[in-house]
Amino acid sequence: MNFVRNSVIPVGTVLIAIVALWYVFAVILNAPFERDQAARANTPITTGQLIANTMAQERPVLPAPHQVAAEIRKTVFDISPTSKRSLVYHGWVTLSSTLLGFALGTLLGILLAIAIVHSRTLDKSLMPWIITSQTVPILAIAPMVIVVLNAVNITGLLPKAMISTYLSFFPVAVGMVKGLRSPEIMHLDLMRTYNASKMQVFWKLRWPASMPYLFTSMKIAVAISLVGAIVGELPTGAVAGIGARLLAGSYYGQTVQIWAALITAALMAAVLVSLIGLIANVVNRRMGVRP
Amino acid sequence: MTVVALRSKAKTMSDAAPVNVIDVHDLSLVFETNDGPVNALSNINLAVSGGEFVSFIGPSGCGKTTLLRVIADLEQPTSGTITVNGMSPSEARQKRAYGYVFQAAALYPWRTIGGNISLPLEVMGIGREERKQRVAKNLELVNLSGFEKKFPWQLSGGMQQRASIARALSFDPDLLLMDEPFGALDEIVRDHLNEELLKLWAKTQKTVIFVTHSIPEAVFLSTKIVVMSPRPGRIHEIIDCNLGAERTLDIRESPEFLQIAHRVREGLRHGHSYDGTHL
Repeated sequence: MNFVRNSVIPVGTVLIAIVALWYVFAVILNAPFERDQAARANTPITTGQLIANTMAQERPVLPAPHQVAAEIRKTVFDISPTSKRSLVYHGWVTLSSTLLGFALGTLLGILLAIAIVHSRTLDKSLMPWIITSQTVPILAIAPMVIVVLNAVNITGLLPKAMISTYLSFFPVAVGMVKGLRSPEIMHLDLMRTYNASKMQVFWKLRWPASMPYLFTSMKIAVAISLVGAIVGELPTGAVAGIGARLLAGSYYGQTVQIWAALITAALMAAVLVSLIGLIANVVNRRMGVRP
Repeated sequence: MTVVALRSKAKTMSDAAPVNVIDVHDLSLVFETNDGPVNALSNINLAVSGGEFVSFIGPSGCGKTTLLRVIADLEQPTSGTITVNGMSPSEARQKRAYGYVFQAAALYPWRTIGGNISLPLEVMGIGREERKQRVAKNLELVNLSGFEKKFPWQLSGGMQQRASIARALSFDPDLLLMDEPFGALDEIVRDHLNEELLKLWAKTQKTVIFVTHSIPEAVFLSTKIVVMSPRPGRIHEIIDCNLGAERTLDIRESPEFLQIAHRVREGLRHGHSYDGTHL
């Protein structure tokens, strides 16, 4: 009951509002084409007919939600997942590089944070570069990474994952620097009275204290890993993946296909973020966080 | 086993030569701040022998907590000498000579009460079985048996502070340093914990250094009261105070108690008026 009241009703209400608004805009944006058609054919068109037509175009400016849903159903359930026209196939290509890039990025971010927290020199020298790295537009860097890695014979999953890594290490590094520095002075003094080693201070105090920061930054990191993976698929010649679907769709004006890929990507991101949230909940419960 | 060994070693040491647990000579500490140097401690001389219960009392800024932190090697003196168990504070800390109780319970929120008490034992590399025994023993000592699996937020402030005392006692140090441990608690809980602490002290025979700004608390608990005054932080007076081993809270109505309390209050007033700006 609580779940219904706290999650289903508020989220559902917003969803219904978005879908309703979407239909309104579908009609408004697709109407000029229908009017144009009617004028050319010299046949009068009723408002009812006009509205019905705007929701059933083959290449609408904005496809109606049910058209996108039908496209997703077709490409996910009806087509064999091994086919190049299956969204499951393309989704998996993107997901695999997202997850690899995310894992590497999280690891890199944590390692950088540990180094920065334990060394003043690294704090001064590395931190500005880490921030600078994110000011470079990823669309400019992505093709370079793909081309350079291809030149040294690294192809396939890894180059795309590197772009996800490039994006996702940042929130983890910044969050974990804050997290590893979050213990109170009193908690650190306590360790000093026990004459604890740096290792012990890390594992028994800094690491557990940083857990809330880790999961918050991992949620951001996994979402931008997906963005990175999609961007990484564009300069590879749009062979496979959600990014390839988007690019191919825009080449051929297949707006329904574009929107289906977009919505799928958004759903994937939502699932990934909630998965991290679930893991965070389990860890929180084990760490005795007040419910 | 190690508990017994430590105990008897300490005893033979104190039998052989009456070495003071804490010896402070002409100790000063100056903090360099943006507003210029602050004399946190100035010419401190103090001797504490084994088994004493010594209170540092004084207004804020008199350096009582700083002095405790110097003993614990959490602050470094600018000049003068100090020994803890005949060693430098740094050596004493490395030998885990003391247990420290902070103003707040400072329990790690992700550990259960049992886990918190076991923390110093883990750091000191004590095996799982012995850790378990010591956690149980010390929980019993502070009347928290049965709360081992609870998390800190599930306990009241007074219970949390008792758990932090159990944590400080878990590795059986001979010296207990307490920095206003009951300062954040209400008076009813504080009275109760004072009685319990006294019983604990009688039972364990530990040396206790206790920082407070409550006169009744200091008089009730101590064998020796160190009255301190601020700007610069220094010892104004040391008052002996021994109301007998078997005291209860009722003793606070007795003439002896009131007389000592009066002396402490006078001492504080004198120390305070020293620089004139307070009155």
